[in-house]
Amino acid sequence: MIALLEGIVRGLGVGSVYALLALGFVIIYKATRVISFAQPALMLAGVVLVSHLAGPLGFWVALPVAALLTAVLALGIERGAVRPMVGRPAFVVAIITLGVDVAIRVVVNIFIGLDVRNVHDPWGLDSWQLGSLQVQQRHVAAFLATALLVAALFAFFRFTRMGLAMRAAADDQEAALAQGVSVGAVFALSWALAGALAAVGGTFATAGVSFDGNLWLTALVALPVIILGGLDSLPGAVLGGLAVGVAQELVATYQNDLPWLGGNVSVITPYVLMLLVLLVRPYGLFGTREVERV
Amino acid sequence: MLRVRNLEVVYDDVMLVLRGVSLDLPSGAIVALLGANGAGKTTLLRALTGLLDVHDGAVTKGSVTLDDQQVHGLRPAAIVRRGVSQVMEGRRIFAELSVEDNLRVGGHTNAGAVGDRLDHVYGLFPVLKERRRKTAGYLSGGEQQMLAMGRALMAEPRYLLLDEPSLGLAPRLVDQVREIIVEINRLGTAVLLVEQNAAMALSIASHGYVLETGKVVLDKPADRLLADDDVREFYLGLGAADTGAARRSFRDVKHYKRRKRWLS
Repeated sequence: MIALLEGIVRGLGVGSVYALLALGFVIIYKATRVISFAQPALMLAGVVLVSHLAGPLGFWVALPVAALLTAVLALGIERGAVRPMVGRPAFVVAIITLGVDVAIRVVVNIFIGLDVRNVHDPWGLDSWQLGSLQVQQRHVAAFLATALLVAALFAFFRFTRMGLAMRAAADDQEAALAQGVSVGAVFALSWALAGALAAVGGTFATAGVSFDGNLWLTALVALPVIILGGLDSLPGAVLGGLAVGVAQELVATYQNDLPWLGGNVSVITPYVLMLLVLLVRPYGLFGTREVERV
Repeated sequence: MLRVRNLEVVYDDVMLVLRGVSLDLPSGAIVALLGANGAGKTTLLRALTGLLDVHDGAVTKGSVTLDDQQVHGLRPAAIVRRGVSQVMEGRRIFAELSVEDNLRVGGHTNAGAVGDRLDHVYGLFPVLKERRRKTAGYLSGGEQQMLAMGRALMAEPRYLLLDEPSLGLAPRLVDQVREIIVEINRLGTAVLLVEQNAAMALSIASHGYVLETGKVVLDKPADRLLADDDVREFYLGLGAADTGAARRSFRDVKHYKRRKRWLS
């Protein structure tokens, strides 16, 4: 029972990271109808920025600064590589983002170097003891940070003029243009948001442990998450992220009971989950089916 | 005055869709623009509101001026800010947003006055107020048309371009739409009414244009257009029945076919 609860808590912590990364994918997808494969590189860039800035500035200043800088980097990608391709097939643009991803990771790897780096987060592997339940602080922190960001995003899309414009543009781009919405600004903002979310998500993914250039693989888990949650659903990204995180950690907890599966089956859990979802509900659990009058 | 002079529009660098169209929309007037499918009516509206880009179209000749300032080539947002709003064909409401959110997006360029404009639009369309929290996609066709018009009015346009507002509506609803257009016009907004329903459009317009394969072929005050034989036969479906003659082919009788309009 304790093991189950601990697995769930760990899963929520890990899943929060997935949720943040998946939100970036979904926001860009909704705004531009393109799946951005540059998210892993943006995440890595954000984490490296935090690891370099945390020394002089301290973690709490470094995190927002790095998120901001990553957002600027994402803006640059959007302006330089994606905007000129507006109107081209989404597939072409997706492949471009793939190229951008590789290019950025090569550059970022220079700043990782050969040393073991970490983000100097204040939690490390410390944990709280709640009765017999042991809860790692970093997982709680990741969950709370995600909750905060999700609430902020919700408020942004619900109540602000620009958030509303983004929802409208996601629904019908040309009609939004006709209302005077600047679709270019919507594209830019979506990329900036995705960049900042990736930076924060990556930072929490590596909180308490060290990282190297392979950290970008973590961001790929966002793909099963958005398939599970539905490509165009923000709540789906959040719930999908948490679900995938919990599933992964529960498999990690109990995989020793099924030794024939091997020792690392938890790593592939998200992808197995993705396959299952694709077979049963290809539009995901929360993907909006078209609103249509009958 | 929204003025179009000798406008040429080309899609994809090759398809010449408008060939020297000239048209005036005086402030405060209702002007009808008639024409069959593919005549270029929607393209003209796109040129007026900066939406050609989206469809790979471009103005190659001529000009669109608003109060003597050139507006073609401006971004859609800039044109909306200058007071020209369009209700697109097929309504194009944001189906997944609520009715009120749709209206708020309409007021995107007019952020300071959204509250006042909402009251104004709800005054014009009481049914929208009843359904303000509903998802727009579930409204009936007539309600959606009103939402689309209300959304455009949120920007406080001085010139409102309506692309086939009667499309797919029952006759009773068409009457309602017509009354609303008159009301909008009475409140000081000029209306360019693009229609296939010529009878409805000419009944409220002061002036009318007939567009055919990218050219203005007729350009007369609305009452004279209503009396024009060709318009009666081909847009109102009256001529042949009146005279008892056999139905004539469009091609044989069009008196304006040979009329050249090099300059307007």
